[in-house]
Amino acid sequence: MSLQLGWPDYLVERDENKCIQCEVCAKQCANEVHRLDPDTGKMVSDDSKCVDCHRCVALCPTRALKIRVNDLEFKPNANWTSDAIKEIYKQAATGSVLLTGMGNPKPYPIYWDKMLINASQVTNPSIDPLREPMETGVILGRKPEKLEFDKRGRLLTKMPPQVKLLVPVMFSAMSFGSISRNAHEALARAATELGILYNTGEGGLAREFYKYGPNTIVQVASGRFGVHADYLNAGAMLEIKIGQGAKPGIGGHLPGEKVGEQVSMARMIPEGSDAISPAPHHDIYSIEDLRQLIYSLKEATNYTKPVSVKIAAVHNAPAIASGIARAGADVITIDGFRGGTGAAPQRVRDNVGIPIELALASVDQRLRDEGIRNEVSLVVAGSVRNSADIIKAIALGADACYIGSSALLAMGCHMCQNCYTGRCNWGIATQRDDLVKRLNPDVASQRLVNLVSAWKHEIEEMLGGMGINAIESLKGNRLMLRGVGLNQKELDILGIKHAGE
Amino acid sequence: MKKVYADEKWCLGCGLCKVYCRTSHSKTLDIIKAHKLENPRPVERLHIETGDKVNFALQCRHCDDPKCVQACITGAMQKDPETGLVLNETERCVGCWTCVLACPFGAIVRDEGKKKVAAKCDLCAALGEPECVKHCPNNALKYEDRGE
Repeated sequence: MSLQLGWPDYLVERDENKCIQCEVCAKQCANEVHRLDPDTGKMVSDDSKCVDCHRCVALCPTRALKIRVNDLEFKPNANWTSDAIKEIYKQAATGSVLLTGMGNPKPYPIYWDKMLINASQVTNPSIDPLREPMETGVILGRKPEKLEFDKRGRLLTKMPPQVKLLVPVMFSAMSFGSISRNAHEALARAATELGILYNTGEGGLAREFYKYGPNTIVQVASGRFGVHADYLNAGAMLEIKIGQGAKPGIGGHLPGEKVGEQVSMARMIPEGSDAISPAPHHDIYSIEDLRQLIYSLKEATNYTKPVSVKIAAVHNAPAIASGIARAGADVITIDGFRGGTGAAPQRVRDNVGIPIELALASVDQRLRDEGIRNEVSLVVAGSVRNSADIIKAIALGADACYIGSSALLAMGCHMCQNCYTGRCNWGIATQRDDLVKRLNPDVASQRLVNLVSAWKHEIEEMLGGMGINAIESLKGNRLMLRGVGLNQKELDILGIKHAGE
Repeated sequence: MKKVYADEKWCLGCGLCKVYCRTSHSKTLDIIKAHKLENPRPVERLHIETGDKVNFALQCRHCDDPKCVQACITGAMQKDPETGLVLNETERCVGCWTCVLACPFGAIVRDEGKKKVAAKCDLCAALGEPECVKHCPNNALKYEDRGE
């Protein structure tokens, strides 16, 4: 079809007074937007190929480039918005499901931003974290009902497997395949330096990364890619992925062109073959089935490592979480509807799942009501954007948070949502050698360490402000939160009072 | 002595080192003026090798036993015994290009702007740290003393 009903989403603006025709933009754009016109000696651009990733903008030495959202508009219509119309055009032209990347960008409520944190004044004085010790470490895993000691004070209770994090943050599951080898290495190195964990996602683990094992969560998902005994024993924790916040109920599909030699080795599939993860685990159709897998993994690792089960935040998450706890999981991970992805059908990403804040509060409450909260740790994911989100999550009852998008942003991601094209100009979501090398793990891991260290300082400041000197003392302490602009139902679900109460 | 080392593993061949080299060897030291106004246009003193897989930037190695110094017919090319820098004294240079021929790395370029002279990397002696290293977006250039 030659008839194109749409127009470029973005406009590339080049300040001719500043452009020095160095061609850096042309060399750096994997979408081939820029080129030097030999006839005029000037740089020209094809706006229609631009995805607004800002690689050219960031590298242009004279700041001559600007990318603008194309302001060409349809006749104003509150119902048929520009996006709605263009999506119809796209599907009418291609007959395809709309694909996208990263998390849900729609203007649904962000409950983090409708909760405020308390601070001490006069009574119960605040603590200065620069002068007094402050504990930000948390321990994930089952906590025993009670501890027994012998007469000499030695612990008699056999402790279940647990892992310690120095900050209540972990890097979310992002598979080698969906992200590049260098991004994977940066996450592994940063997690090791920070004393936290990163997650292999469903991509298996190359042998060269086994040395980061004490800081690795090895994931087992529906495709079972790269799962073998050494893999399971390489990590500090195991995770069964049932669902993902960006695409609850949907499987995964890594196209064959991304399955190069290294990815093929890690995933244990032939080079160039599509890696298709089914929507469900074909051996899990009940809580009892899930229990079988949990215990298979525990057997395989000799009961030395905690097992997490990750689900997407969906309508009946509390009941599912209760079942997961009773199935023997040590950690429950809930991924909210804002969670990111390398590729998802846009309609699913934008319309399926529920906000993590509500899911977290209701799951924590349900587990407490049933008296089994101590049997599992609760980890939340799905758009934790800063240290205040973490404080709020802990106060709502989480033990720790996963960060995925935030970690990618720290490494250079510009949230262009085109991960699925495999042409990530920042070297993150790509397997093309010339693009992968753009992400130097020396630089990227340092940026990750900087981010989490900065958050740790902020967490300490906010804890100190509340007069609390250990993050464990904030856990589930919902009195430290107040809602603003929330209705009674929302406040009830979050289990918090309104500001002023 | 401290020298610039290229790590081809991380070089993207983006060409920013070239842009900043040119700027730091311009009269105005202003990136836009150096490229758009200055006439003759300043010459960069490094060379970028680009290929399908491997890219790297190459500049003078400031050799211990510099062939260019041996070859120079006027004595313009000298190695500073204190700093180790190999520098060309442009007043004495006659532009015979013998050094260009003698350099085993092809690191000397011809500056034919006003007076024909040989131009080469001076490690941005006047500016402290070499500009190419400072502006490399992927840490592919390192300025280090590796005992050479």
